[in-house]
Amino acid sequence: MSDPAVSPFLAWLVGNPLLGPLVEFGFMRSALLGCVALSLSAAPVGVFLMLRRMSLTGDAMAHAILPGAAIGYLLFGLSLTAMTVGGVLAGLAVAVGSGLVARNTVLREDTSLAAFYLLSLALGVLIVSVRGNSVDLLHVLFGTVLALDDAALGLLGGICAVTLGSLALLYRPLVMECLDPGFLRQVSRWSPVAHYGFLGLLVINLVAGFHALGTLMAVGIMVLPAATARFWVRRLTPLLLLATALALTASLVGLLLSYHADLPTSPMIVLSLGAFYLLSLLFAPQGALRHQRPASSHLKA
Amino acid sequence: MHPVHPATTAPAIELSNLTLGYDRHPAVHHLSLRIEPGSLVAVVGPNGAGKSTLIKALAGELRPISGAVGGLAGQRIAWLPQHSGLDPTFPIDVRRMVAMGLWHRVGALGRLTAEHRRLCDEALASVGLTGFETRGLDTLSGGQLQRALFARLILQDAPVVLLDEPFAAVDNPTSADLLALLHHWQQQGKTVVVVLHDLAQVRAHFPLTLLLARELVAYGPTAEVLSETHWARAQRMQEPFDDDAPLCAASPETSGEGHAHTHAHPHSHSDAHPQAHAHGHSHREEALP
Repeated sequence: MSDPAVSPFLAWLVGNPLLGPLVEFGFMRSALLGCVALSLSAAPVGVFLMLRRMSLTGDAMAHAILPGAAIGYLLFGLSLTAMTVGGVLAGLAVAVGSGLVARNTVLREDTSLAAFYLLSLALGVLIVSVRGNSVDLLHVLFGTVLALDDAALGLLGGICAVTLGSLALLYRPLVMECLDPGFLRQVSRWSPVAHYGFLGLLVINLVAGFHALGTLMAVGIMVLPAATARFWVRRLTPLLLLATALALTASLVGLLLSYHADLPTSPMIVLSLGAFYLLSLLFAPQGALRHQRPASSHLKA
Repeated sequence: MHPVHPATTAPAIELSNLTLGYDRHPAVHHLSLRIEPGSLVAVVGPNGAGKSTLIKALAGELRPISGAVGGLAGQRIAWLPQHSGLDPTFPIDVRRMVAMGLWHRVGALGRLTAEHRRLCDEALASVGLTGFETRGLDTLSGGQLQRALFARLILQDAPVVLLDEPFAAVDNPTSADLLALLHHWQQQGKTVVVVLHDLAQVRAHFPLTLLLARELVAYGPTAEVLSETHWARAQRMQEPFDDDAPLCAASPETSGEGHAHTHAHPHSHSDAHPQAHAHGHSHREEALP
């Protein structure tokens, strides 16, 4: 791996006190790969989440997948497959259930979702606290980014590939569903496909995020890059690219900070995103400072 | 999917004993009439007369309580609702928003080609928005946004166009431009149905008018429909629904298409304007006072 004759760059990397650990240690390489996969898929999903004004829906859904993962854990122990399948099923059940309630009763989407996810969360906490020990609980809540094995990496990579492929296919209907849902319903039958397809992507990305960062932090890597990017750019394509770049950068920064300062990893990644967010809030072209003050000069037309 | 080049020949729209409403309260009551292909029709009436409800039913968005809308099945319809669900803060440029109107040619998975972009720019040019192609949607004024929505309607190129108060937030030069576009559509053979409240505008630009006050007051040539007597009759419509109103006695069987239905049914609101029923029939030539 680190034969200096083969690659002087690698030798420099290993010798570098800052970046060295990423090459030297297998668990750091896995953590970085996992974070790259997660950033590539969760950040674009987060941009659409923001544009659909569903950022808090993402948070609610993250809590909703807990009991599914917990039941998987209850039946099969700390098994990646069982917890993944359980989490995806619970997330889809809450998404579809609250969608049906919203479409067929007087309750709006936000309230019906809140009702479902609170029930789901209470059930999850009950199951975890009755059967799990505190170490497992910490794994579920805060993720295991420094202990990703090959199977978990494969899962994150697979979810990333499915997400990017689906977003490429659903791109136009999804943009129209965000921009003018009534028009999409009028000209085609794609509106429910776009809506539920997107919720499906949200759920699998939350499950991916939950393996790496834990249920509580998984939404961070979706919502924060999108919100930060919105301060800088005005168009959809730049938003998607910038949000992804921010997620990648913050993953790297958070991982290294957590290694060198010996701090828990997933909060460090989310806090790195938070730092970008706060700096952008203050200094970006569409941030708070510029927003408060009109430009000192103006154009003729 | 829809055919690539839709037939430009519009269908005749046939409403037979159409009753529309919410919670069993009729918002449009036993309406029967025929809109010939290629008509340019204004729909007018007091607030709560059922104009928007009728447009929604024509667009296929609302299922009738009874009766039927004939002639529109399988037709492509371009519909601009009164309150469009468009999110004007969405980060997209004007050309791409307008390109939504090409859905019937591009579909969900197609790509916008240079040809499509040219069509978008032509449509923007014909509503006077040249130079706005790459501007963000959030930088448009209310009137400019309405022009952009009309450009989207142009690209939809549907044989039937339904518009609900399209000039509500638009200045005079803009509405003059858009009215010219409506005439152009009619010359192309499209059927255009427009809900309006400005009677002077209706008199100046619309050959046919449908005066609605839940029930049909009159339908025919504009000058004849917009008479003082007709308008006074429309104004007497009772606006709030009556929760204690008895069931309407006129079932779909008892009142056939094109006929005034039975005059005896006793809802409270029909008592307020008993004459309206005498004009319940819909043929244009008979709609004179």
